[in-house]
Amino acid sequence: MAEKKNPVGAFFSAFAANIRDIGTTFAEGDFRTRLSYIFFGIGPLLRGQAVKGILYLALELAFFWYMGSFGRYYLSKLPTLGTVATQKIGRKTVYGDNSFLILLFGLLTIIIIAAFILLWRMNIAENRREEELLRQGKALPSNKKVLGSLLDSNFDKTLLALPMAGIFIFTVLPILFMICVAFTNYDANHQSPTNLFTWVGLQNFKNIFQFSGSGMGRTFFSVLGWTLVWAFFATFLDYFLGMAVAILINKKGIRFKKLWRTILVVTIAVPQFVSLLYVCKMFTNDGLINGYLLKWGLIKSPIPFWTNPMLARITIIVVNIWIGIPYMMLIATGLLMNIPEDLYESARMDGATSFQMFKSITLPYMLFVTGPFLLTQFTGNLNNFNVIYLLTRGQPQSMQLAEKAGHTDLLVTWLYKMTVNNTNYKMAAVIGIMVFVVTALISLSVYNLLPSVKDEEGFQ
Amino acid sequence: MKKKNASMSRKRAAGNAVTYALLILISLIWLFPFFGLIMQSFRSFDPAVEYGGMVDYIIPKTFSLDNYRFLFSGETNFLLWYRNTLVIAIFVSIGQTVFVLCVSYALSRMRFKGRELLMRFWLILGMFPGFLTMICLYFLLKQFGLTQAGAVPGLILIGVASSGMGYYVCKGYFDTIPRALDDAARIDGASRARIFFVLTIPMSKPILIYTALVAFMAPWCDYVFASYVAFGYDKGYNVAVAMQRWVWTNDYQGYFTRFCAGGVLVAIPVTILFIFLQKYYVEGVTGGAVKG
Repeated sequence: MAEKKNPVGAFFSAFAANIRDIGTTFAEGDFRTRLSYIFFGIGPLLRGQAVKGILYLALELAFFWYMGSFGRYYLSKLPTLGTVATQKIGRKTVYGDNSFLILLFGLLTIIIIAAFILLWRMNIAENRREEELLRQGKALPSNKKVLGSLLDSNFDKTLLALPMAGIFIFTVLPILFMICVAFTNYDANHQSPTNLFTWVGLQNFKNIFQFSGSGMGRTFFSVLGWTLVWAFFATFLDYFLGMAVAILINKKGIRFKKLWRTILVVTIAVPQFVSLLYVCKMFTNDGLINGYLLKWGLIKSPIPFWTNPMLARITIIVVNIWIGIPYMMLIATGLLMNIPEDLYESARMDGATSFQMFKSITLPYMLFVTGPFLLTQFTGNLNNFNVIYLLTRGQPQSMQLAEKAGHTDLLVTWLYKMTVNNTNYKMAAVIGIMVFVVTALISLSVYNLLPSVKDEEGFQ
Repeated sequence: MKKKNASMSRKRAAGNAVTYALLILISLIWLFPFFGLIMQSFRSFDPAVEYGGMVDYIIPKTFSLDNYRFLFSGETNFLLWYRNTLVIAIFVSIGQTVFVLCVSYALSRMRFKGRELLMRFWLILGMFPGFLTMICLYFLLKQFGLTQAGAVPGLILIGVASSGMGYYVCKGYFDTIPRALDDAARIDGASRARIFFVLTIPMSKPILIYTALVAFMAPWCDYVFASYVAFGYDKGYNVAVAMQRWVWTNDYQGYFTRFCAGGVLVAIPVTILFIFLQKYYVEGVTGGAVKG
């Protein structure tokens, strides 16, 4: 591995090298290359590279058309997010600015400008490459060959084009948009186009860390605390219990292994909205569980599984075991078979009990192999929307918490409630960013501690 | 020596008996909700026959098909919701498989500038909660007319568009196919595309089935986004959105048993498909877990 360089320094030296290269290309280039600095693709076009030349030229024209027709307008409005609200004057609606559109297309325009600069740079590099090839007396690749390379040496571009476009439009752009929303006052009182929203700086972030007055600090940390507790139990209880069940099924001399597995796997197969909603109803005050316990005389009054905050939290974790064990059991089954049998054989010779064997052979192996999996499970559980929402919808409601947060709300379900019920988009965006920060912090700090990352050959 | 063996085997038999008892207990717990679901779906919602809300017994006093008759009677759009969900599931399954396959092959086999950067960037993107972008996505879909009446194509688009980021398991599988095969084919003059279609895809049947299966199952549970996109337009609902309402309506109307019947109808085909393809699912999740 190369020695670690200062990333900032590396960036600037690469930047300087690029500038130098652009300069020398211009100085040493012929008129075709020099023309290409303004009219993209003229160089390749004049050298007979029709496909590339036309593509560059078309993209340049498309850029200027976009900037002229809307890009310029949205970019100029971006600093204020619009000043003229849509109003009704008399019986006529006078349309003004729309902050939502301005923010979205303003962002898009910035990205497009960055892409345009990149295109310009690529166009210069292309000219230089062609000139160099000609100087060496080689022929430029034919147009047919250029197109054909999209199925061969440039096949990655063909494969990635559509998926990357999809991710850009439906993930990258919306995420950037929402990050920006966190710095605005976009909420129920500022719904564009009738009420414009605008930039407010760090005010929303201050709000979430503010404990006094109307600050949401208390609610945020209470929800965050439960989110972490939930993720911890949901991950590790399922992990160990699932492994235990897998060991039971894998035990020598146990028959119908396939049957036991299939019975458990039904929980994965049945859509969760069917099974979880049914289980939710099973535990209600007039549900089956309470019904039978009352009938048998075991309890006098129904157990408030979903209405008592503490009990609701425990019930959720228990029901989640029901969901999680089969999944872990499947994974553990495959891995347990990989442990060499002679390890157990020799341990047995030495008179080790089953528990000792589990503690010093099975568990270390499993922890080593499934370390990264545990990490993704944990971060997945931080955002486990379905289980919480289908079982309790975050209920029971809390009187002390702000923004209608309930006792079993995770950060994501709270975010969802804010978006759908309260249209408090600015705070939803802040919560979303916080979820990202928490996930990233945990992932980064744990990932470097994992034994399988530290030492890839450790368990050979 | 013999004696010791005899006591050992007795001990083992006792141990096995305990294990069997535990396994039977576990099986009962795991199957109980499904048993309840099926039983309640046969309880009538007609007050003249039996109470249709929540009751404190499992086995219905009279078995009736009233709930199923209700679902097929056309009183609600149940068949339409079912068809919506099925259409979404099939198209999302196909689309996601294609996208994931393309991305996985490119990342596993090709070495291009920015490859590592791209993978790291997607990893970071994945740390943002999915619902964060909901309003923005809703707006984008609305621009294309893909909300409410257009909810079905809209949900397909959303389901497929960003699916390239879920390449981990599939790429892990491709990484285990020896590169020497590719190299040999290249020496024979095959192009990358040819290798992809003729060599790699036929060798990836397990991972193809795994990817398609997982993608097919997700839309059946999609409540959040589906309800947001369809937004009150009954004909654009999927089963999860539509039937969720039945659970939360008041019990005396007997919608709970109708929900159970609908749930059974949804669960049966999906479950059968899953049990059938279980082998591939196990292979996929185990491979994914080890590589992380």
